[in-house]
Amino acid sequence: MDQRKNVIPGDVITAGPFRPEQNVMLDGKNIISTAVGISEVYDDTVRVIPFAGKYTPKIDDLVVGKVLSHSSLSWELDINSCYVGFLPAQDVFGRDFSAHADELTSKLKQGDLVAVRIANFDRTRDPLVTVGDRDLGKIDSGVLVKISPGTIPRLIGKKGSMIQMIENATDAAVTIGQNGWVVVSCESPEGLLKAKKAVIMVDQKAHVASLTEQVKKMLESRSES
Amino acid sequence: MGGRDATMVLLDENGIRCDGRKIDEPRKIMIKAGGLKNADGSAYIEFGDNKILVGVFGPRDVHPKHMSDTDTGILRVRYHMVPFSVGERKRPAPSRREIEISKVIKEALEPAVLLKKFPRTAVDVFIEVLQADGGTRCAALAAASVALADAGIPMRDMVAACAAGKVADTIILDVNNEEDQAGQADMPIGYMPGLEKITLLQLDGVLTPEEYKKCVRVGIDGCKIVYELQKKALAEKYFGGGS
Repeated sequence: MDQRKNVIPGDVITAGPFRPEQNVMLDGKNIISTAVGISEVYDDTVRVIPFAGKYTPKIDDLVVGKVLSHSSLSWELDINSCYVGFLPAQDVFGRDFSAHADELTSKLKQGDLVAVRIANFDRTRDPLVTVGDRDLGKIDSGVLVKISPGTIPRLIGKKGSMIQMIENATDAAVTIGQNGWVVVSCESPEGLLKAKKAVIMVDQKAHVASLTEQVKKMLESRSES
Repeated sequence: MGGRDATMVLLDENGIRCDGRKIDEPRKIMIKAGGLKNADGSAYIEFGDNKILVGVFGPRDVHPKHMSDTDTGILRVRYHMVPFSVGERKRPAPSRREIEISKVIKEALEPAVLLKKFPRTAVDVFIEVLQADGGTRCAALAAASVALADAGIPMRDMVAACAAGKVADTIILDVNNEEDQAGQADMPIGYMPGLEKITLLQLDGVLTPEEYKKCVRVGIDGCKIVYELQKKALAEKYFGGGS
C-alpha cells in the first residue's frame, strides 16, 4: 500500500494502529504530520518526507562536508546541519599521526569538499565523522549542488532508479550526501550541466507524482538538441 | 493611516463598523510563505493595513553559549517595529511594549514547536512590523508560525491568531487600530486548531463572564479563518497551489 498526500504541520494523516516514523506524531489515535512534505503510508508505518529543514545527522549516513577550520588535532566540517562535523586528524593521517610533525592543511584546506560517513552522533556530542571507508575522502573535482535534505530519497529513487537514470543519460558521476549536498562531476560540460539541471529539477518538483517521466523527458530532449 | 476620522461611529445601527466590516468579519488577510533568500524560513503577512515580515533562522549554534540547553533547543523571538511603521516616527530601540510582545509570541509558539530533537541549538525568529494598524501581535504570531513551518522546524500544529473585542457593547471579531483605541475590550488569541488548544490569550478591558466566553468563541472562529490561509500559503509555496 502506498498512499501519498501533501501535508503541512498539524494535518491528520491517518488514524488507527500505525507505527509513527519520521516527522509524524501520535495524538490520541490520530497520526499528525510535523513538517511540510509528502506523507507515506505503507504496511503499518507512517512517515513524512519533509521539503524543508536542516539535516539531522544519523550514524552511517554518507554526507558531503565542507572544511570550515581546523585545530591541531581535527578538522571541523560544515555538514549542512545545526551541528559541525568533527573529523579527527588520525583518520586521515593514520595511526602514526603526530600533532607536531604533520600539518593538517597539507591534506585538507578550508573550503575543501570531503565525502565522509557519520561515525558517531548522539544528543550530547557533535557528530564524529570518518573518511576511513571505501569511496570516502576528499572530493577533487565536481560541482556542489545544494538541495533540500528531505528530497534526497526522491533523488535516489526506488532502489536507485532515479539516480541511475541521470548518471546513465549524462555519463556524470553523482555523489549524494544524505545532508542534501550533491557533487556532480562529468568530463563533458554538457553532461555536467544536464545532470546538474536534473538534480535541481528533482528538488523543485519533489512533490510531483510523475517525476521520473518528467526527468526522463528533460534528459532526452536535451540530448537531441 | 491617519485618513480615518477619530470621531467616527465605531458601530452604526446597521451593525456596520467604522471600516465598513460586519461584526464577525475579519479584515482582508494575505499570507505568503518564503520570500527571503538568506533566512532558513520566512513569511510575509498583510492583515488589513498591517504589513509584517518574519525571518526564521535555525536550528543553529547558540550564542552566547551559556544560553544553550543540553536537553532541548531554545526558541528566541524578536518583535520589532520599524521607525516608519506608525504615524509618528518610532524610536528604533526595543520599547517596553516590544519586549512584552516578543515574550508573549515566544510563549505562544513554544507549545507548537518540537525542539527536543535539537539539543544545544537555538531557533531565532525575527519579526519586523513594516506597517502597524492594530492587532500586530496576532498577525505577527500567525506569520511567525508560517515562517517556522517554512524553515522546516518540526511543529505539532500551526498557531493561528486573531483578536476579538468589544465595541459599543457588542463583541466583534478582529479589532483594528481605531476600535482598539476607542473600544471597550481587546482580546488577542493564539490557537492551534488541529489540537484545539489556546496558546495565547490576553485581555485588555472589562468583560462580563458571558461576554468573555463569547469573545473567546468569536476569536477562535477568527483563528480558524487565519489557519486556512496559513495552510494555503504553505501549499502554494510547496505544492504549487493544490493541497
